[in-house]
Amino acid sequence: MTEPPDYTADEMMTIVAARALRDGMTCFVGIGRPSEAANLASATHAPGLVLIYESGTIGAKPGFLPLSIGDGVLAETADTVVSVPEIFNYWLQPGRIDVGFLGAAQIDKYGNINTTVIGDYRNPRVRLPGAGGAPEIAASCREVIVILRHSRRAFVERVDFVTSVGFGDGPGCRERLGLTGAGPQRVITDLGVLRPSPRTCELVLTEVYPGVRVPEVSERTGWDLAVSDDLAEVPPPDPAELSALRRLIAAAPALEGAAP
Amino acid sequence: MAEIVTLAEAIAEAVHDGDTVAMEGFTHLIPHAAGHEVIRQRRRDLTLVRMTPDLIYDQMIGAGCARKLVFSWGGNPGVGSLHRFRDAVQNGWPGPLELEEHSHAGMANRYAAGASGLPFAVLRGYRGTGLAGQTANIAEITCPFTGETLTAVAALRPDVAVIHAQRADRAGNVQLWGIIGVQKEAVLASRRSVVTVEEVVDVLDSRPGAIVLPSWVISYVAEVPGGAHPSYALGYSARDNDFYLAWDAISRDRDAFTRWLDENVHSGIVTR
Repeated sequence: MTEPPDYTADEMMTIVAARALRDGMTCFVGIGRPSEAANLASATHAPGLVLIYESGTIGAKPGFLPLSIGDGVLAETADTVVSVPEIFNYWLQPGRIDVGFLGAAQIDKYGNINTTVIGDYRNPRVRLPGAGGAPEIAASCREVIVILRHSRRAFVERVDFVTSVGFGDGPGCRERLGLTGAGPQRVITDLGVLRPSPRTCELVLTEVYPGVRVPEVSERTGWDLAVSDDLAEVPPPDPAELSALRRLIAAAPALEGAAP
Repeated sequence: MAEIVTLAEAIAEAVHDGDTVAMEGFTHLIPHAAGHEVIRQRRRDLTLVRMTPDLIYDQMIGAGCARKLVFSWGGNPGVGSLHRFRDAVQNGWPGPLELEEHSHAGMANRYAAGASGLPFAVLRGYRGTGLAGQTANIAEITCPFTGETLTAVAALRPDVAVIHAQRADRAGNVQLWGIIGVQKEAVLASRRSVVTVEEVVDVLDSRPGAIVLPSWVISYVAEVPGGAHPSYALGYSARDNDFYLAWDAISRDRDAFTRWLDENVHSGIVTR
């Protein structure tokens, strides 16, 4: 028997996402787990990370987790605040932003994201919030990181609705569509990390977390998941990462348990 | 020139049954009090336009004001779903709700085109997504200079824009700062406009980052302190995140929602 780890799978997911952000990068941040990870990176190894929220706050330094992308603390700590047309047209669209950080309700093997409906668009089983800034973040950021829990319901062969394009229907699709960014380069889950194959554009399991076995990941994936020949194990959270994350969460007690 | 009137007068004059209404404010400065007044005056068949429907349109949809929603992100930010919106879409309660759906970039550009007096705006957007096929207001366009395929979105020209701002002076010039969202574009794109403000002052002293909408592009100004609650007005109030969290339970259940509406909106007294 091994000791159970002193961290949760969700904490591991957020910490791995934070590690993916390098100091000095510019990062377009969605609310929820992307915002947790980006703020964790700022608080640990990447104090110079530039946080950009779609509310028009550029270089926000909230110091705790905001509940929404438009909390007052973001405007008060930002380098500058611009209008919504400006944040999308002048800042995102020309490809100035290094990394876009997105969540998803569904993702498919080509990294296409659905946040619109489960089921038929005109007669949905579940109506989800919709696109927000995601389609253009997915199109125009230099690269995209997607973060979501691993389940068969979420990891599907084909998304019910393409809200944001990953690699479309495979190689060459982004180029044909004129999408300027490189697309989803990492999908970070509570089990491991998937990256697109340079040849097929299909998401491949490249990293697993300590204690996670490949069959478990395959079992929770709705397509025949390819596994990298160089599958790596990600180091567990170090104490500094864990305590920084827990401090961030504790400073925003309302956030936990609020998500559906 | 803007007329300074009561909120009830402004809504009675500016918002009519069947109108296309854009109540804007991106998380910050959401004109909730004005939305409640529209509910109290029992407006019907509205086409509601807003990037993030938020609680304000969840309430108006649940109250039966809306026929159609034009939007780009319909959630309770940081909390989850908008349950009245979902109930209307999935179950047609209290009536069917037609949807026209966009991305944020698309909506922002549609307002900018409306404000600019142009029939459409151009962006790099929507390509390859399922959104483009669902509405005639998104179309491919070829750049006449480079031959590149881009996306055109039809201009938004609402009948009336409703926004909340920090201050106005007695001539009806309006000043707002902090997260300014798409409010300037919404006002300039619309035929009429209503602005609720935290306070009416003698002089609008300058503020870093503030924008001013001159009186002559605004129809009505009403002084409504706290009129953004549970959203907020930077410099006056903080976002009531507890209310956003509490809304999840209130709005999940039709009876709980109806009771909340009776007690807090139709009664004319809004809990703060």
